[in-house]
Amino acid sequence: MKAVITVTGKDSVGIIAKVASACAAYDANILDISQSVMKEYFAMIMLADIDRLNVDFTEFVDKLAALGREQGLDIHTMHEDIFQAMHHV
Amino acid sequence: MLETKDILETIQMIRQENLDIRTITMGISLYDCVSDDEDRLCQKIYDKITKKAEHLVQTGCDIEKKYGVPIVNKRVSVTPISLVAGGVSAEGCLKVAHALQRAADTVGVNFIGGFSALVHKGLTDSDRNLISVIPQALAETSLVCSSVNVATTKAGINMDAIRLMGHTIKETAALTADRDSIGCAKLVVFANVPEDNPFMAGAFHGVGEPETVINVGVSGPGVVSSAIERAGDCDLSELAELIKKTAFKITRVGQLVANEAARKLGVPFGIVDLSLAPTPAIGDSVALILEDMGLESCGAHGTTAALAMLNDAVKKGGVMASGHVGGLSGAFIPVSEDAGMIAAVERGALSIEKLEAMTAVCSVGLDMIAVPGDTPEDVICGVIADEISIGVANTKTTAVRVIPAVGKTVGDSVDFGGLLGRAPILPLRPWSPSRFISRGGRIPAPIHSLKN
Repeated sequence: MKAVITVTGKDSVGIIAKVASACAAYDANILDISQSVMKEYFAMIMLADIDRLNVDFTEFVDKLAALGREQGLDIHTMHEDIFQAMHHV
Repeated sequence: MLETKDILETIQMIRQENLDIRTITMGISLYDCVSDDEDRLCQKIYDKITKKAEHLVQTGCDIEKKYGVPIVNKRVSVTPISLVAGGVSAEGCLKVAHALQRAADTVGVNFIGGFSALVHKGLTDSDRNLISVIPQALAETSLVCSSVNVATTKAGINMDAIRLMGHTIKETAALTADRDSIGCAKLVVFANVPEDNPFMAGAFHGVGEPETVINVGVSGPGVVSSAIERAGDCDLSELAELIKKTAFKITRVGQLVANEAARKLGVPFGIVDLSLAPTPAIGDSVALILEDMGLESCGAHGTTAALAMLNDAVKKGGVMASGHVGGLSGAFIPVSEDAGMIAAVERGALSIEKLEAMTAVCSVGLDMIAVPGDTPEDVICGVIADEISIGVANTKTTAVRVIPAVGKTVGDSVDFGGLLGRAPILPLRPWSPSRFISRGGRIPAPIHSLKN
């Protein structure tokens, strides 16, 4: 199973590192990253394997959202199934 | 493989276009609660609901977090109370309403439906008992919703029941006069009522339903409206295609949530209700969709055609996205719960006659319509009879949720706050249908050949 993590906010040094460290801490394996910076605005979509997550998925969602709040970023984590359901017949 | 554009589209639908799951409703059968001891009946009902729905709200919240899509309401519907309260008095029925309220409070749902009776062909003593305490039940509880089915295409229209409901609505308005007659917002009069509807105030757990069931109602007028806006000047065939595709995506989310909720709760999945259910939030409006389709205002000539097309396209898109479709399935046009509808009424573009015409081609009926508080009972009955006839003649569900707001008249408005919203008072026709209504009896079921 995979999760889609979206991160948006004002650009600063080390955003990817911080999100990646959090993923590592909860044993979420990062599979793909797509990111861009437009002017000062940072946007990233991260795909992570959550099969070996060491906490409940809902707790993982909360932890990343809390990290977002600390860093002044908007971090949303969603299970991949919602995208699969919507866009694949 | 997930594509970035698909991910961004989903996120935009949720964050900017108000895509949400409107409700997860657990239907619970109360047949095994039957007792002729009213305290025992109430206790059994309370115990059953609080046991079966114990994890409903938490499960809803967990799913919301997992998929990142808001699930606005978690609700419970139960067997029509008139079917399980046959052994107790009217006072006993009232006690059941309080038991339902306590159960709803305990499990944390925001509405409980099923203080209901099915009287399309006639009234049992139990139905009469229940209907006689509806005004008090709705005044004394806040979460209990009530509905009465007064007609079906097969049985015809029970005019005695309509007369009774006209009286009941007025009394409910009077008993909640201090709160803009809010009691009437929790009371629906139906024709051809569906037994698996997850939406309030008309939800109940029908007689053909299993022990427990999960029904899900989707929403998303904002998503459809934005898609139409982006499409620009395409023709109506292309527009219908676009609405279908959008409805498909919305409904797939509903099905996903329904499957997950059913699995987690160990309860069978019933249906997904494919409805465009508006909220008072800006942009989350069915009227706005009609205006995006090219009408200057909802209520303009052309509104019925636009709504018919919208309703049909939503169903076509949704049907393929879901395993089982049911409930009301169609576009809702509740006046108070839709900012675009309210604006259309206020600018004089939308009248009760146009609303009535619109209900012939979309889901439900005259919904959340505030009328002057001094409207006589027989006029309310006339409004109900007209609307119910549309349902019976067209073999579809129609309903009336009308609020004769005590002390208010045309130019005023009622404000319930939250999802129930705000409604300007609509003028009704002053001429009396009194003699017609007071004849009572039944209007026979319509013929279904020789269609004209």
